[in-house]
Amino acid sequence: MRKSVQNLKVIANHRLNDNHSIIHLQVDGQLENINPGQFANILVDQSQSIFLRRPFSIHTVDYQKNTISILIKEVGEGTRTLAHAQVDSYLSVIFPLGNGFTLPVSKEKVLLVGGGCGVAPLMLLAQILSKDSNEIDILIGARSEIDLVELDQYILFGKLFTTTEDGSHGIMGFVTDHPLFDTKLDQYERIYCCGPEPMMKAVAAKARLSSVKCEVSLENTMACGFGVCLCCVTETTQGHKCICTDGPVFNINQLKWQI
Amino acid sequence: MADLTTVIHNIKLKNPVLTASGTFGYGTEFDDFFDISRLGGIIVKGTTIHPRQGNSYPRMAETASGMLNSVGLQNGGAPNFASVIYPILTKYDTSVFVNVSGSTIEDYVACAEIINDLDHIAGIELNISCPNVKEGGMAFGTSCPSAAAVVSAVRKVYYKTMIVKLSPNVTDIVEIAKAVEGSGADALSLINTLLGMAINAETRKPVLSTITGGLSGPAVKPIALRMVWQVAQASKIPVIGIGGIMNATDAIEFFLAGASAVQVGTANFIDPLITLKIIDGIDSYLNRHKFSSVKDIIGCLHL
Repeated sequence: MRKSVQNLKVIANHRLNDNHSIIHLQVDGQLENINPGQFANILVDQSQSIFLRRPFSIHTVDYQKNTISILIKEVGEGTRTLAHAQVDSYLSVIFPLGNGFTLPVSKEKVLLVGGGCGVAPLMLLAQILSKDSNEIDILIGARSEIDLVELDQYILFGKLFTTTEDGSHGIMGFVTDHPLFDTKLDQYERIYCCGPEPMMKAVAAKARLSSVKCEVSLENTMACGFGVCLCCVTETTQGHKCICTDGPVFNINQLKWQI
Repeated sequence: MADLTTVIHNIKLKNPVLTASGTFGYGTEFDDFFDISRLGGIIVKGTTIHPRQGNSYPRMAETASGMLNSVGLQNGGAPNFASVIYPILTKYDTSVFVNVSGSTIEDYVACAEIINDLDHIAGIELNISCPNVKEGGMAFGTSCPSAAAVVSAVRKVYYKTMIVKLSPNVTDIVEIAKAVEGSGADALSLINTLLGMAINAETRKPVLSTITGGLSGPAVKPIALRMVWQVAQASKIPVIGIGGIMNATDAIEFFLAGASAVQVGTANFIDPLITLKIIDGIDSYLNRHKFSSVKDIIGCLHL
């Protein structure tokens, strides 16, 4: 789908817990294909202190109802305002932006690893991978149980594993402390990962050690989201690349990560 | 519909709204959003003779009513521009200017010579005001002798319209403007970004990898307006106003202060369609105040 800037109506706002919401946005006209991993850059209107848009992964897409949803974790004023967007209000959204994850050509066994709010793009990815009959394991890590959202949804697409830093749900520790990373990683043909950068680097290191293909979705601060401000660059084997247009999804071999 | 055409040196722009260098890529990035041929002109991003990787991440900090950047002129170099980018730009029916930057006078000259050969490029905007490069850039634009030296050197080799982009990071911008005008500039554009800084109190570290960066957005508009007004009073060549323009009213204010055209910068990041809205808004203003042409309000500030 070609990117555009649109005023989208908020048709639902589901509060998941104290700091997570999912907002559903109505798109005028027929939605065209959106790749899992693509994102939307949303204006925080009528804000005195927030000047730039805020980027969010596209969480789900409904091509019948022509809606998209966005998972929002409140971390600052911008996310707080958007997480409380009123139903029937409108948000200015530039979407879809970025490249998205590479999908398997034929059936594969894949591992999806999400950390904290980094799970946001994995829902759409899991839906599409599941539709294409891939075998999916999903590992979600968070600080605490309260930060694990929509587990009842993820479990519909495959085997679900969790870790929490405080041990309140699943294995205690980081995602890479999970037994999946001990010896069995080469059972997967591909790993998809989105979360905090230290987590993604730890996952990438394990993937490289086991020679498993691995893609990560990066999040850098950006001004535009469509490749003109050149602020969100990351170092790649081909020099500085904008994560908004050349990413946000990169194969770990493209990145100059010391792992 | 009012007459929106305006003249910069010997170039008639279809309307007075251009896009500022470094905020509009090469224009092609906006193809999905609108037909950029509707613009008065575009200034493509800062081009240097050699490719530049730019500065390390983080390069951006959001600030009150604005942002800091320290991109550092990331670009593929002038030869790459001429062979790869330029052929694509020829499809646009708008005036295309190339922002030319360098670390040495020789760099500026070599870059301008390459651009000279490109028929569809209306002119260059000489960037003697980039605050985000270690050598050259703003250093040329903050003293009269060095500004005059680089402008004179490029003037000897560049035959088409030469706009010179001024730095606000000076004690007296009028003196710099006079030096630049006296050295052969055909027009002046101002202001480039203001040198600023952001600190993260929690980490006790600077936000930008370069510590300091260039401030843009509506936060700088009053300074830009003041400088445009001062320079327009003192110059015989056209002035292009830049600095925090977010809507048509902002643009009108720059015309009243003496700008013959404006460049929209940071606003492009927030609303990719903002330039079209500004063009329409200027027309509405002119109609509402019964002016037949935008030229009727240039420098017409009531004092």
